[in-house]
Amino acid sequence: MSIHLERDLEILHHDILHMCSVVEEMIHRAVSGLRTPSLDLAGELAEADNEIDRMDVQIEDACLKILALHQPVAIDLRRISTVLKIGGELERVADLSVNIAERGAGLVGNSEIVVSDRLQDMAHLALQMLHRSIDSYVELDSTGAREILAEDDRVDQLNAEIIAALIDVMRTSPFLVEPALHLFSATRHIERVADHATNIAEDVVFMVDGVIIRHRSNAEISV
Amino acid sequence: MNTTLNDPMDELAPTTSSEPATEKTERFVKPVAPVEIPETASLSVDAATKVCTRNLDFYYGNNQVLFDVSLDIPEKSVTALIGPSGCGKSTFLRTLNRMNDIIEGTRHTGEVLLEGTDIYASEIDVVLLRKRVGMVFQKSTPFPKSIFENIAYGPKVAGLRNKARLAEIVEASLKRAALWDEVKDRLQDSAMALSGGQQQRLCIARTLATNPDVILMDEPASALDPASTARVEDLIFELRKNYTIVIVTHNMQQAARVSQQTAFFFQGILVETGVTKELFTNPVEKQTEDYITGRFG
Repeated sequence: MSIHLERDLEILHHDILHMCSVVEEMIHRAVSGLRTPSLDLAGELAEADNEIDRMDVQIEDACLKILALHQPVAIDLRRISTVLKIGGELERVADLSVNIAERGAGLVGNSEIVVSDRLQDMAHLALQMLHRSIDSYVELDSTGAREILAEDDRVDQLNAEIIAALIDVMRTSPFLVEPALHLFSATRHIERVADHATNIAEDVVFMVDGVIIRHRSNAEISV
Repeated sequence: MNTTLNDPMDELAPTTSSEPATEKTERFVKPVAPVEIPETASLSVDAATKVCTRNLDFYYGNNQVLFDVSLDIPEKSVTALIGPSGCGKSTFLRTLNRMNDIIEGTRHTGEVLLEGTDIYASEIDVVLLRKRVGMVFQKSTPFPKSIFENIAYGPKVAGLRNKARLAEIVEASLKRAALWDEVKDRLQDSAMALSGGQQQRLCIARTLATNPDVILMDEPASALDPASTARVEDLIFELRKNYTIVIVTHNMQQAARVSQQTAFFFQGILVETGVTKELFTNPVEKQTEDYITGRFG
């Protein structure tokens, strides 16, 4: 491999890992903020999100430059296309962290409503999925990536249960409609984080195995 | 004279347009699920096998350069042969029209079949074989004659004397080689006055004039500038609608662009054969991946 391509790929790998760590920290802070609502957190995360947007563009630029200059094939091509897509997924997770923090800010002064254990479980599961999808990218672990895909069903199930419970709260305690709506939206955002983790895991399977498994059933994927 | 190989001079196959069917706009108005993006017909490699080798070994004297090569070459498609220098890909190419026969001390075991007929069988007429399996070389080799005479040479050698028919063949061949518009007003000029890219297309036209089924190309664009290379690649794209093409190239991107099937050779062994777009995105063999990504070779 040309030394130029090797160097460019190393820089790209370093940049995407840096983006991963910043986004992971953002989403952790946003989810924690639901239990201890803060008015400042959303602003801080919005600032961090600007930096993520810049990284997203920089990574896309670097990928396009490598494609144009080196015309990579096989594993190199799969890696670059994967980084391009993971960059996009992470950028959206960063957006979601800002959205979740904004919903958290909406809960300030509403001590009557509690963040249920179920919501915390779901958030924990979604963040774990994100963390493990990133790990599977770093370790080129397509088996680990495939395992993550099945967990999205569990998140979807928890999401449905939490939404049903929140609707029940709104019906029985109309004075809690506003904070319940904030939690409703936050729940949907967390569910989307799990979707992005799933997308990353699918991208990793493509990078490692060269197979596109998007839009396939779990039974087909595990084959 | 062998009777199993038809004389390609009997008929100059008409140029047919095989444009892929265009997608209907209704698809976008009323999408169906699951959405399938169909392959254009021209990208299919499911065609019948035109040429195949079976357990082919090849020797220069005592030096074996091909080992047990079995490869199917589908009809009306482009097969690219890739591999590092000395891997045997050019030798393999030349076995397909017995061009190695002219090198002393060469021998082979195994079979090379053209439409099921062993081209090394004793009754095969090699001249007729090379009309059906034409060849274009790395360095363009125009004869020091006029453009017209270069193209008419093959048919004349085959015995064609009818001037009107010769003129037809020259025009049809130059058109198929995408050179007609550039030379139609100077057919009597020397071919040596053409540019390098034009000379290479002239050589392709000369090959087409004998109406082959199969065209072998040994690095046909390696000595050309990028614009001429693009024209030759465009030409290969057009020609594969009517001809079976086998191309040797050192240019990975060229192999990826022009071929539907790619065969990777290393040290005389056919390591991997596959649909080009798959071989260049997800090769099966580690050795193939290392070569095409430039990690060795």
